[in-house]
Amino acid sequence: MNKEKIILVIDQMAVAMEKQKEFLTELDNVIGDGDHGINMARGFSETIKKRDSLAKMDAGDMIKNLGMILVSTVGGASGPLYGTAFMKAGMFLKGKEEVTFPDFLEAFACAIEGVMARGKAAEGEKTMLDAMLPAKRAMEQEWMLSGDGKKSMEAGLTAARKGIEYTKTIIATKGRAAYLGERSIGHQDPGATSFVFLLEAIASQM
Amino acid sequence: MVGFVIVSHSRMLAESVADFTRLMAERVTVIPAGGLEDGSFGTSYQLISDAIEEANSGDGVLVLMDMGSAVMTTEMVLESMENHKVKMVDCPLVEGAVAGTIAAAGGQSLEMIYRNLTKSGYVNKF
Repeated sequence: MNKEKIILVIDQMAVAMEKQKEFLTELDNVIGDGDHGINMARGFSETIKKRDSLAKMDAGDMIKNLGMILVSTVGGASGPLYGTAFMKAGMFLKGKEEVTFPDFLEAFACAIEGVMARGKAAEGEKTMLDAMLPAKRAMEQEWMLSGDGKKSMEAGLTAARKGIEYTKTIIATKGRAAYLGERSIGHQDPGATSFVFLLEAIASQM
Repeated sequence: MVGFVIVSHSRMLAESVADFTRLMAERVTVIPAGGLEDGSFGTSYQLISDAIEEANSGDGVLVLMDMGSAVMTTEMVLESMENHKVKMVDCPLVEGAVAGTIAAAGGQSLEMIYRNLTKSGYVNKF
């Protein structure tokens, strides 16, 4: 994927966040503080305002700066979490003008590590990690088998969507949803859901 | 004198905690960084980072937070600053702010206040 495509991915992410703003906020109203959709839409609309300066950077700086924009504009937990994810991925991709699928896989692994460290969270706690980690494993496996980026991304999306379903079955132990205890069962995690929309935006340009 | 920053999702909560500390430690600088720039609920990277600048008179700053993104956003502000005289403290927000500012008014050092505050979560109220 070249730089021009990456800018289109960012556009798609912004479009998706605007489109899903109410849905994500509704999900967050049930088990959180009800600002996830609004926050993500605000953060990504800011990236669109800075689109021209992002387009001039190499792929790594572009993604790192996207993360920095999210940290300073999102205003909720998703700001530092997605912000850290994009910043770590961008740092890994430093200096690259083009991102291959193996590059993407490694950058994604760095992003996940960043989220785990920032949120002090692991899999099975009803967070975005419950979509991210299955996606990572599925993509790596499919890439090993077929070496086909598109197919690998499809496998990742399927696993991530299953991850969302899985979050409905478990108790939240991180964030404000944790205060709900068992009452959080039956509801899907907003962060895992927004992650799938972001991954779809990446897939749309492959 | 050590300065303080109160980070909260709520502008009013941060302002009130800061205001409350003036009752017993009027001379201590306590800067609230609550809510987003427009006053709505949330945590703002910019407001936190400005508040830390403003609170620092040279003897360092202790940052007290409520929860979640307040903690994570503060963490990211501190990572970008690399100033060793700014520390975030894991302690109850109201009690920590009161105890910390009284200690600061008495001339205690950043390290000493920090150590005492991190233990303050284990004190029983009754």
